[in-house]
Amino acid sequence: MDKKYGVYICTGCGIGEAMDVDTLTEAAEENSVQSCQTSSFLCGKEGVEMIKKDIEEEGINTLIIAACSSRVNYDVFNFGSDKIVERANIREQVAWVHEPDAEDAVDEEEDHTGRHAADVIHMAYAKVKASQPVEPYVVEDVSKAILVVGAGMAGITAALEAGKAGYKTVLVEREDEIGGWLNKLYKVTPLNAPYTELENPDVEAKAKELEENPNVTVYTSAKIKKIAGAPGMFDATIDAGGSEVAERVGSIILATGSKPIEAKNLTHLGYGNYKNVVTHAELEEMAKNGKIVRPSDGQEAKKIAFIQCAGSRDAERLAYCSHACCIESMKQAAYVSELNADAMTYVFYKDIRTSGTYEHFYKKIQETGAVFIKGDITSINEDGDGTLTLESEDVLLGGKAGIDGVDLIVLATGMAPTTAFGQEVELEVGDDEAAAASEEEEQATPDTIIASDILNLEYRQGPELPTLKYGFPDSHFICFPYETRRTGIFATGTVRAPMDMAKAVTDATGAALKAIQCVEATANGAAIHPRSGDLSYPEFNLNRCTQCKRCTEECPFGAINEDEKTNPVPNPTRCRRCGTCMGACPERIVSFKNYSVPMIGNMIKGIEMPEEDEEMPRILIFACENDAVPALDMAGINRLKYNPWVRIIPVRCLGSLNLVWIADAMSEGYDGVMLLGCKHGDDYQCHFMKGSELAEIRLSKVSETLDRLGLESERVKAVEVNIMDYMNLPKMLDDFAEELDELGPNPMKDF
Amino acid sequence: MGNKSVLVVGGGMSGITAAVEAAEAGCEVFLVEKNSYLGGKVSQINQYFPKMCPPNCGLEINYQRIKKNPKINVLTLAEVESISGEEGNFEATINLKPRYVNENCTGCNKCVEACPAERDDEFNLGLSKTKAIYLAHPFAFPMKYAIDADACQGDSCGKCVEACEYNAIDLKMESKPMKVNVGSIIWATGWKSYDISKLSNYGGGRFVNVISNIAMERMAALTGPNEGKILRPSDKSEPKNIAFVQCAGSRDENHLKTCSSVCCMATLKHVNYVREQYPDANITIYFMDIRAMGKHEDYYQKVIDEKDVNLIKGKPSEIKEVPETNNLLVLAENQFTQEIETLEYDMVVLATGMEPATAEVKVPAELNYDVDGFVIAGPPTPGIYAAGCTRKPGDVATSVQDATAAVLRAIQSTVRR
Repeated sequence: MDKKYGVYICTGCGIGEAMDVDTLTEAAEENSVQSCQTSSFLCGKEGVEMIKKDIEEEGINTLIIAACSSRVNYDVFNFGSDKIVERANIREQVAWVHEPDAEDAVDEEEDHTGRHAADVIHMAYAKVKASQPVEPYVVEDVSKAILVVGAGMAGITAALEAGKAGYKTVLVEREDEIGGWLNKLYKVTPLNAPYTELENPDVEAKAKELEENPNVTVYTSAKIKKIAGAPGMFDATIDAGGSEVAERVGSIILATGSKPIEAKNLTHLGYGNYKNVVTHAELEEMAKNGKIVRPSDGQEAKKIAFIQCAGSRDAERLAYCSHACCIESMKQAAYVSELNADAMTYVFYKDIRTSGTYEHFYKKIQETGAVFIKGDITSINEDGDGTLTLESEDVLLGGKAGIDGVDLIVLATGMAPTTAFGQEVELEVGDDEAAAASEEEEQATPDTIIASDILNLEYRQGPELPTLKYGFPDSHFICFPYETRRTGIFATGTVRAPMDMAKAVTDATGAALKAIQCVEATANGAAIHPRSGDLSYPEFNLNRCTQCKRCTEECPFGAINEDEKTNPVPNPTRCRRCGTCMGACPERIVSFKNYSVPMIGNMIKGIEMPEEDEEMPRILIFACENDAVPALDMAGINRLKYNPWVRIIPVRCLGSLNLVWIADAMSEGYDGVMLLGCKHGDDYQCHFMKGSELAEIRLSKVSETLDRLGLESERVKAVEVNIMDYMNLPKMLDDFAEELDELGPNPMKDF
Repeated sequence: MGNKSVLVVGGGMSGITAAVEAAEAGCEVFLVEKNSYLGGKVSQINQYFPKMCPPNCGLEINYQRIKKNPKINVLTLAEVESISGEEGNFEATINLKPRYVNENCTGCNKCVEACPAERDDEFNLGLSKTKAIYLAHPFAFPMKYAIDADACQGDSCGKCVEACEYNAIDLKMESKPMKVNVGSIIWATGWKSYDISKLSNYGGGRFVNVISNIAMERMAALTGPNEGKILRPSDKSEPKNIAFVQCAGSRDENHLKTCSSVCCMATLKHVNYVREQYPDANITIYFMDIRAMGKHEDYYQKVIDEKDVNLIKGKPSEIKEVPETNNLLVLAENQFTQEIETLEYDMVVLATGMEPATAEVKVPAELNYDVDGFVIAGPPTPGIYAAGCTRKPGDVATSVQDATAAVLRAIQSTVRR
């Protein structure tokens, strides 16, 4: 692209009062630009017209808008996708956060605010100069089909709903018929308002619907042997009843559900010791056969006790709540009394968790005469004929509750995700040298990947989805419950989190939408959340690769595979464009067209570095553009003041921080470098999972280098900030400036 | 094939999600919000359970998605007045209310400095004031100021018009109608916090130190009335002895019959807020059942183990005020001890539930509602879907899922016809 540069400086909103605009214009013109103009209202009609005229008459195609952040007028400076537009924020991050320069400041060389603004323009210039037009990575013959693994309630729903929206779906089920857990059920908990009526599992009707939908292909007695490839081009090898089938799909929905807690874990509640203690599932089977009986003698069971949280909310078994068991027991109590009007039911519980509209269901069951007793079970005993006596605390009435003559105890068994079963995969860490070093060196928190033999992904980072606590491949984000660490693979239903049937239906419908969105984005060469729509992607200059494996290891999304010579094999459609690979690479071979190591390096070098005797420190800030940059803007909007020594470079994620930038900054003469990134640890807030954590680990390595150069390691610092930390930011920045002042100027400044 | 565009009504978390998810799946979207800003209830929340992360973080990413996506048309201060047509081809009439501030606004704040009139800050539930021309909160999106016509002194004043250098204020702006054609509609007008003044036995709205859980969110928020400090409303003192009353107006035949599903977790989070600011405060929770579903159980255990909370099973029958101190006497049967106790607190937080906005303002189309006022999508008007707390009470993640699911159904409506 033959670039013609224009710089457009807004002097409104207090910018013109905070600095000398002529000096700023002169500074902007020091860069080789074809046009440099000012306006007192750049985002107004006349300002925009002025720019448009320049574009038309002067052929300007690379624009620097030196004005406000894009928080307010985000769409007025859109001049078409063939132009490069960069916002140089001299309002929220300069004019509004520093004291205005005095009238004679330029002559007195006290024009710190103006110099900051000039540097922001210089950095923007360096950025657009290195920026290339983005060409999307488009897969030839992209597949928009969706593979759904597991044909229970969630899987059937996902396949059908995607099919109904016009997308080809492939549904794979291990058993010889579809239905999953539904096949074991006599009745299903209420799915629709008024949330009091039991429903039928009706697997036949669902099978028919699947069969009649021309978009859906179903494989039963089938398992996934392997999945190679990436979004838009996944190649699944399916073993369908002994014969191998290949399917190319664009995205994948994991809906393999959960398993009830294993019976051997329930002996404390008499299971296995007493014949008349059964699980939820066993009661369903009895009900399907038409009669609720005592397994000991086949006599009709008339007095039935349910024990809630059987294995759940139990630190030694499943520490979490299994979500569905309360309403499952309500359902069973309802049909027990339908099948036998004389039956008496008792429910022993900790809390009744009929959350939300299931409150109506709870109320209905209470009205049927079921007795609810809050308290832990203290003993279960069997009489000679198999009849049971049960004792518990009675929290509500005080003392103990005892029931004898119990025909049947039903355990409300909790659920564990199918992804939790298997050996944890130990990943090979880096090259031999790194592996040896890793003994002492800090490492990023490794992903937990359990070889559950479900997806069998051909991914360098392991064959299944990474799991969070308790083996659920859940999202870590409240706002983004479908976030996934393997692009294009979405977990849904009880494999993802404990849930009831109604919730699984909604969850699966949403997952189907996310799968559709992913194939559509992939077809356009665009990223999915959180950089939705981003068309840039990392390119690898493999000639210079030293096979150190850092990129393949650190990619939070498992986007990069390795060939037999351990060269990275990028999969652009798996990529989420965070730049972690770019930050990881010691040889700096990874670049985006509009984001690269040399580009940021040039931004670092782009500013006017004062001489040591000028006593104007310079502090480089790398700020995560998701949270730290908005927080910096917010400091400006609240007119909080901080020192004018800082120079801010927004980064896609701190994970993209390449250590060479620190070296560049130090040799350039910056007195200190600060990283502003997201919180890490258990409650991490990094939208790319580990970016800020990786940056800190990299930083721990640079300290040694700084020490060797005779530079104090205190000159480089990482701080966790979130978007609400704007009140604290000025103090953080000023305290750091003071610490640097105590260290004195960077001795490399005048070299 | 029908019109491949979707009308999303309500710009809270569910509506925003529906809009961006639909647009990112290729639909043209009209997102209609009655406030001057998007974000709804979520923008008023200080932190999310269980991560204690700020909702503004997720909202910011969603706003970025909106800014980058030309397929989304955001209409604020807008309400849908009528809907005609059918699935695949609806026409909706939208009333665009005057903002009195046009697109020239740069967010420079000069107008606020000039404005002499004040109004109750509804974003902070009236716990603070703003000028008649205001930005609802610093993160407001779109970041455009608005004038509250009820508080503004109008032409006779005109100080803001003078102060604005960008000709952005138009005191003569009027409502105007707008018509859109869409294939399907997602209704996501969300919920209202149950009005505490209806809880007369708890002194809601009468006793100044009896507050709602939403008021607690605003107090704990940096953008709230006390810059994040939790203080007793009567004398701005630091509360030392706080009670939380669960199911205040929920699971109650006289009020909201259903369980609002989030209040238990919200209160546990509030315990966290209080404990962070006041390590020595006494905290008591009156509850019926603690509903910490799924993995939220971990958070429940953590809070009650670490934060030293007194749990009383029982629903208070009455709250009285001690006139001299504005302290509160909570009468309840403690079901753990089977004793009727009267305990004194200096502040009481009512864990009020969710009343669907549609209990009051119905969808202007023929639709069914359940006993609680939540929308039941489907006949007699297929093609209109409810999302988030318009369909069922739920937390943020559940609402986001629900909104995502609603988008697929909305797309099916455009494919079907």
